[in-house]
Amino acid sequence: MTTILLAIVIGAAFGAVLDRVGASNPTYIGKMLNLTNVNLAKSILLAIGTGSVLMFGGQMAGIVDVGHMSVKTAYAGVFIGGLMLGAGWAIAGYCPGTGVVAAASGRKDALFFIAGGLLGAAAYMATYPAWKASGLLDKIAGGKVTLGTVPGAEYEGLTAMPGDLMGIVLGLCFIALAFALPERLVPQKAAPQPAE
Amino acid sequence: MSINWKAGGLLLGLVFFLAVLLVKPIGVSTQFVILDGIIADTVNPGLVTQTEEGVTSTNAYLAKSGGKYAKAVADPLNYSFVFVLAMALGGLASAKLRGGIPQGDRSIPALWRANFGDSTAKRYAAAFLGGFIVLYGARLAGGCTSGHMMSGMMQTAVSGYIFAAGAFAAAIPVSMIMFKQEA
Repeated sequence: MTTILLAIVIGAAFGAVLDRVGASNPTYIGKMLNLTNVNLAKSILLAIGTGSVLMFGGQMAGIVDVGHMSVKTAYAGVFIGGLMLGAGWAIAGYCPGTGVVAAASGRKDALFFIAGGLLGAAAYMATYPAWKASGLLDKIAGGKVTLGTVPGAEYEGLTAMPGDLMGIVLGLCFIALAFALPERLVPQKAAPQPAE
Repeated sequence: MSINWKAGGLLLGLVFFLAVLLVKPIGVSTQFVILDGIIADTVNPGLVTQTEEGVTSTNAYLAKSGGKYAKAVADPLNYSFVFVLAMALGGLASAKLRGGIPQGDRSIPALWRANFGDSTAKRYAAAFLGGFIVLYGARLAGGCTSGHMMSGMMQTAVSGYIFAAGAFAAAIPVSMIMFKQEA
C-alpha cells in the first residue's frame, strides 16, 4: 500500500512540474528543438544535474540506497529507437510522459498522440521477435553499465573511476551547462525586406 | 503561467531525486505497453496466463525477462502504472490552478498554427503519427525521455547517453525543417 501511495504522490508531483516547466506544451518543445528558445533544455539540464548531485551525494553520505539505481542496457537499438523517438517528439511536440500530462490538462491533440502511442507500442510488441533475431538488441559496451564504477552498485563501470564522485562532477557540469547555454542558439531572423 | 527555467529545473531535479531515494528511477513508456496488454487481454483473455513459475504471455514481448510485463498486465495496481495515472492527475490539477490551457491552444498549439494553419485534422493526424513513432521508438530503445534521458543520464548510465544522442540527432533537424515560422 505504501508503494501505491508513493506512486500517487511522486507521480502527481512529476505531472504538476512537467506542466509548470512547460514540457507538456508543444510550442515550448518546438522552440527548444528548433533552437529558438532553449529555456526548457536549460531546465532539463539543471534537473539532471540536480538529481545526479543529490543522488550520488546521498549515496556517499549513506542516505540513498545504491540498490535503488536502475540502469538500462546499452544496445544498438537504443540509438535507433532514440532517433525514432526524437523525430516523433519533434513532429508531435509530445513524448510519452508529457503527452499524458497534456491530455489530462485539456489538450485534445494529445489524445491523438496517446492513441497513436498505444498503436505504436502494440506494433512494437508484434514486431519484437524480428528485432530480437536481428541482433540489434544484443548488449554493447557491457550492457548495463555506468560511466564510472559506483561503489556497492550491481552495475559495472565503463571505467574504473569512482562512479559516485564522477556522478557528482558530471552533475555539476550539467548544472554549469544549464547556466552557460544562451536562451537562443540560432540567429534572429532579419525583418522581411521590402520587395525590389 | 509557467515558472522560470531555474525554479522549474530545480523542482524537476528534486522530483527525480525523490523518486530514486524513495522507490526507483522514473520511467513512463513501458506503461503504454501495459495498457495495451490490459486492453488486449480483455478482448482476448488467453493473452496473459498464470503458470506455476509465475505470470507469462503468448506475446513474446510481454513474456520477456521472466514475464515482468505480463505480471504488470495481470495486476495493474502496481507502482509504475499508478505512477503514470497520478501524473495525469497532477498535470490536470496544476493546469487548472494556473487557469487552464487557453481555448485556442487546446487543439492546435501556437507554434503549429504559425507554421501549418488552422486545420485541426492536420494537427491531429500529426499528433497521432508522432505518437506512433515516439512509442515504437521508445520501446525499441527500452525507455523514453524520462527513463532513458533523464533518469539514465542522472545515473551516468551509458545507455542514457546513447539514447539522448539519438533523440536530439533526429529531433533538432526535424524541428528546424518543420517549424521555420516563429510563434
